[in-house]
Amino acid sequence: MSTETTETTESTSGPPAKSGAPGPRALARRRRRASVARFWKEYRKHRAGVVGLATLVLFVLVALTAPLTVGSDVDSVTDAPGQPLESPSGRFPLGTDQFGRSLLGLLIWGSRVSLLVGLLAAVLSVLIGALIGITAGHFRGWYATVMMRITDWFLVMPTLVLAIVLATVLSRSLGTIVLAIGVTTWPTTARLVRAQTLAVESRPYIERARALGGGHWHIMSRHVLPNVMPLILAQTTLIISSAILAEATLAFLGLGDPAVVSWGGLLQDAREAGSVSSGDWWYLVPPGIGIAVVALAFTLCGRAVEAVLNPRLGVSR
Amino acid sequence: MSSSTGSAVEKRAPAAAAPRERARSAYPRYVAGKLAGAAVSLFAVLVTSFFLFRLIPGDPVKFMTGGRPVSAEQLAVYKEEFGLDLPLWEQFTDYCVKALSGDLGTSYQFHAPVVDKITEALPNTLLLTGTAFVLYTALGAFLGTRSAWRHGGLGDRLNTGLALTLYSIPSFWLGLLLIIVLSVGVDPIPGLFPTGGMESGREEGLAHVLDVAHHLVLPVVTLVAVEYGQTLLVTRSALLDEMGSDYLTTARAKGLRDDLVRRRHAVPNALLPTVTLVFVNLGRTVAGVILVETVFSWPGLGGLFYQALSVPDLPLVQGLFFVFAAAVILMNTLADLLYPMLDPRVGR
Repeated sequence: MSTETTETTESTSGPPAKSGAPGPRALARRRRRASVARFWKEYRKHRAGVVGLATLVLFVLVALTAPLTVGSDVDSVTDAPGQPLESPSGRFPLGTDQFGRSLLGLLIWGSRVSLLVGLLAAVLSVLIGALIGITAGHFRGWYATVMMRITDWFLVMPTLVLAIVLATVLSRSLGTIVLAIGVTTWPTTARLVRAQTLAVESRPYIERARALGGGHWHIMSRHVLPNVMPLILAQTTLIISSAILAEATLAFLGLGDPAVVSWGGLLQDAREAGSVSSGDWWYLVPPGIGIAVVALAFTLCGRAVEAVLNPRLGVSR
Repeated sequence: MSSSTGSAVEKRAPAAAAPRERARSAYPRYVAGKLAGAAVSLFAVLVTSFFLFRLIPGDPVKFMTGGRPVSAEQLAVYKEEFGLDLPLWEQFTDYCVKALSGDLGTSYQFHAPVVDKITEALPNTLLLTGTAFVLYTALGAFLGTRSAWRHGGLGDRLNTGLALTLYSIPSFWLGLLLIIVLSVGVDPIPGLFPTGGMESGREEGLAHVLDVAHHLVLPVVTLVAVEYGQTLLVTRSALLDEMGSDYLTTARAKGLRDDLVRRRHAVPNALLPTVTLVFVNLGRTVAGVILVETVFSWPGLGGLFYQALSVPDLPLVQGLFFVFAAAVILMNTLADLLYPMLDPRVGR
């Protein structure tokens, strides 16, 4: 695995390099740029990953521009534009829900919550995982033992059940969903990051850094973190996809925030409106496709990133 | 062919005997360690399920009564009934002792012991998950093997692509779609399968079995579709790891047919990592059926969990949480115990 980081672990805030010989910061920046370019060149070879990335860019653009295209009043129940449960028509390409709201608008608006929750939950999960993984790999002894015991224990818990229980006992809000998904999915990341940390810390240059007086913080943040960063990146991408699925699941079970529209919430609404028994497929199909496509796109990206960073894994050989 | 394999075994035999001897003597200690670990995990689940439900903001009694106006005497009765007037640690020891003697409390909504509700629903869940489990494991292992053997080919790419797609689909959504298309019926297709439940009437004997099987089809199809992908991918990558091995080249060099090399040499080794996954899956499937059972109104643990959630019926949720977690722990331990028997390199 490359020793350079592909992510900017620190913002280059130092003074710009003077003309002539480039300063250490400029050098570091140049090296970083080169490694990003190299990463991209490798990534482009994975066609599925490129397709996934393109899909994601499209979805993110749609979600970000939603206030302009559909407007924030799309989920208002009181001044809905159509009749309840209209079939798809020119005016409502995907029909309307039981309140007469445009389903296309709701679908676009719902993508914001689904993406946001997926992203935040994955970031939270990876943050916890990386923190525990790095510290457990760096500090040996009883701390590592305790942390790995906790990790193992979380690992055997049925993730979904634990998340459901957390979402049940805490108040209904998006924060709860993020928390419930985040604190139940971190153990795999912790294990992977710890293994990588142990591998990095056995290298001679860590010993050199320690001999030169580098403290725990210095070694963890400057030497270990950049090395586990690619792994963390791949892991985040993969976890987002399961987080989006988990969010949809929790919302479908009625544990989401009832005040916001999300894809899982739309599916729950559809089921409650009896669209299954009346065969209103246009209500049910689009949100599910949205979830599946976004989850698949993140998985494809994650696998491509993994394959670039660790060709031996050979997921897409 | 058989003579050549036979001589290979003979040559290896003396060297392999000594470690096997050692493995056998170490096994009881290994088992004890794993069992102790499982016991610790189970206890941790018990602790979590107790304290998790004390996380609820506010008064649990108020939560139980759903905000209905309750008189002070009634409150006191409730508090005493659920032991909420005792100090926390006493509540905890009480809870542990009761749980160990098989008492998980009384359900609020059914006014029946939680254990009875669970034992009532368990066989139905086992029927559903067991059937689905056998099918998706077989399908995943079969397709994974084929996929790896011709990796990079069109079949492989189609297989992996389909598996990844199905893996990204929410199971409940797939279930709902199947109900719309195959149960309710979309114009040309009549409703072929029941929309939910486990039996339609009170038939006896064979008719009853067929009726249950008829109800079983769609939930099983849903579970298999969303679950087989993982088995496929793991089998595939395990086999790909084996494919570069020298012993396969040797097998091929001594003139074995491709098919035999795959079946007798590569697959048995490659299936080892899959075994762990299979057991982990079995435990997980029991918990994973929550959605499928909910969608198909299957009268199992998952359906019960959903009913308990909507109230929320805390003792029942708590009890089911324990059962789901215990299922996973049990299966993981079983995998740990079986693994050294399948792979003598492990567990020494």
